[in-house]
Amino acid sequence: MSGNSEPLSPRAKLAVSAGRAAAAVSRAAGRGSGSVIGGRVALKLDPDLLARLAGHLDVVLVSATNGKTTTTRLIAEALRSEPDDVVSNALGANMPAGITSALAGGSRARYGVIEVDEKYLSTVARDVTPKAIALLNLSRDQLDRAAETRMLAERWREGLAGTKALIVANADDPLVVWAASSSANVVWVAAGQEWKDDAWSCPSCGGVLQRPGDEWACGECGFRRPTPSWALSGDHVLDPHGSAWPIRLQLPGRANRANATTSAAVAAAFGVPPQTALERMFAVTAVAGRYDVVSYQGREVRLLLAKNPAGWLETFSLIDPPPAPVILSVNARGADGTDTSWLWDVDYGRLAGHPICVIGDRRLDLAVRLEVAGVDFQVCQTAEEAVRRCPPGRIEAIANYTAFQDLRRAVGN
Amino acid sequence: MSDSSLRVVWVYPDLLSTYGDQGNVLVVGRRAHQRGLNVDRIDVRSDQPVPTSGDIYLIGGGEDRPQRLAAERLVRDGGLQRAVDNGAIVFSVCAGYQILGHEFVNDQGERQPGLGLLDVTSVRGTGVRCVGDVLADMDEHLRLPQLTGFENHQGITHLGPTARPLARVRFGNGNGTGDGTEGAWNDTVFGTYMHGPVLARNPLIADLLLKLALDVNALPPVDDRWYEALRAERIAAATQPA
Repeated sequence: MSGNSEPLSPRAKLAVSAGRAAAAVSRAAGRGSGSVIGGRVALKLDPDLLARLAGHLDVVLVSATNGKTTTTRLIAEALRSEPDDVVSNALGANMPAGITSALAGGSRARYGVIEVDEKYLSTVARDVTPKAIALLNLSRDQLDRAAETRMLAERWREGLAGTKALIVANADDPLVVWAASSSANVVWVAAGQEWKDDAWSCPSCGGVLQRPGDEWACGECGFRRPTPSWALSGDHVLDPHGSAWPIRLQLPGRANRANATTSAAVAAAFGVPPQTALERMFAVTAVAGRYDVVSYQGREVRLLLAKNPAGWLETFSLIDPPPAPVILSVNARGADGTDTSWLWDVDYGRLAGHPICVIGDRRLDLAVRLEVAGVDFQVCQTAEEAVRRCPPGRIEAIANYTAFQDLRRAVGN
Repeated sequence: MSDSSLRVVWVYPDLLSTYGDQGNVLVVGRRAHQRGLNVDRIDVRSDQPVPTSGDIYLIGGGEDRPQRLAAERLVRDGGLQRAVDNGAIVFSVCAGYQILGHEFVNDQGERQPGLGLLDVTSVRGTGVRCVGDVLADMDEHLRLPQLTGFENHQGITHLGPTARPLARVRFGNGNGTGDGTEGAWNDTVFGTYMHGPVLARNPLIADLLLKLALDVNALPPVDDRWYEALRAERIAAATQPA
């Protein structure tokens, strides 16, 4: 056990306690968990704090467009052998301030399992000298304010070149492979990626990628899918020795089985065998409200977060089949991205046969989208009205970021 | 129109499909289908030849490098110019709009030739990126209601004498030239900076493309209730900038 044996400098200690005080004030004022404001105060007092806090820990970073919060939880559980030995930004505060606050949270920790916003991965990876970095996927997300998807991959590639960390990367996402292949030490995981529309163009030379079956390769420069040593196969993890380990999760869907596969590969790098890692992952239920099932008005509402086309695609594949009713909610506030054009990248025709209610600030965008998809729907003013229009039983409620927060509040989650 | 079905060609979705551009293809197809037309949708990847016998060609927006690659491949292919010579209708958005002009500035900062199908020339703006809801009055010759859309670009597009502005902006930036113009058109080729996607926000432009392709003056009416509701909401939003 390494633990936090080396004492922090007086300045770092002051920064941590000032950060905690600010967080406590923020919490008392009812402004959320306080982790971001606390981290901001601490970082201001000691800009090197992130590096100093991480110096005591074996750090794992997790980044992706989708699945980073859940995977961070899965890895944290897989590594946890004692109650206090993992610190993590479990609530998804994934920029430097939130990360600082999370790392300052535990003094007996041995591991820091940290979700990192895609744009900050290179910076955080430089500051905290991670032992491992898990890269899950990259796809279009909030294009009105975020960097272009391919540019993000390029930035990862430059930031990770020369890193000593073990990179655990998805072999099925060409952008992730491009980003990871500048590193010396990569474990490739066949984790799958249903969404393919951001990677038809070779990240290396711009040629058109050919995609026969699960393989992919550039017809021009030869950039191709690396041979994976870990794989998701149905509901089993295949390890590098060819052994198959059953995945038992309380979280639904193929995407979460993929997250579990990557998490098992990360855990193995720290000496945790796949069987142990997967058994520990079973403890993970809802992650920040995602996948929670809430009883409301005599119905069971399952809360599903989907923020971008790739996320919606994975979510459609996990919902109950028709006639399960579906509520869709979309907002376009700052945190969601103010451009709703991505709705047209989502194949809503797949919802045919489900009774559908649409809500949210941008329910009219959804209405036109569904009209053009030729799918029946009802437009409702509130979540309560939408739930009332559904028959008793399970309802699948899919919402993007701020719409999801609104939905949680509306159903009392 | 060739054969019995309307041939709708989506040009290079592998490179130019970034801001929901598929929506324009879906709206044209849906509204044609609602008028009893058979629609043959042809998605052409950038390693395939562009067919020359399509009726309506749709080209979307894209990031900077894909725009360069798309222009190189379209110029080399030549199919789209031949289709326009054959009388095809072309509707283009953002990066696709710039590619249809004489030239644009690519990701390497170089002036790159386009297809010359629209009398426009594009350069890269140096100011802030134009992002947000737009409201504009359509060119009176088109007899269409106001244009509503969402723009996200840094390009500036200057119109030559044989291109007409598609619209005049009331709110937003459009062509970014400071003279209030947005988009461009000649008889059969259209360009705009509007995402949204623009035909979902402006279904009567989709109908215009259908009428031009079919060479008819009118189409049977369809239920535009939800389009109208969305338009009213977005027009109100554009007039109250955040």
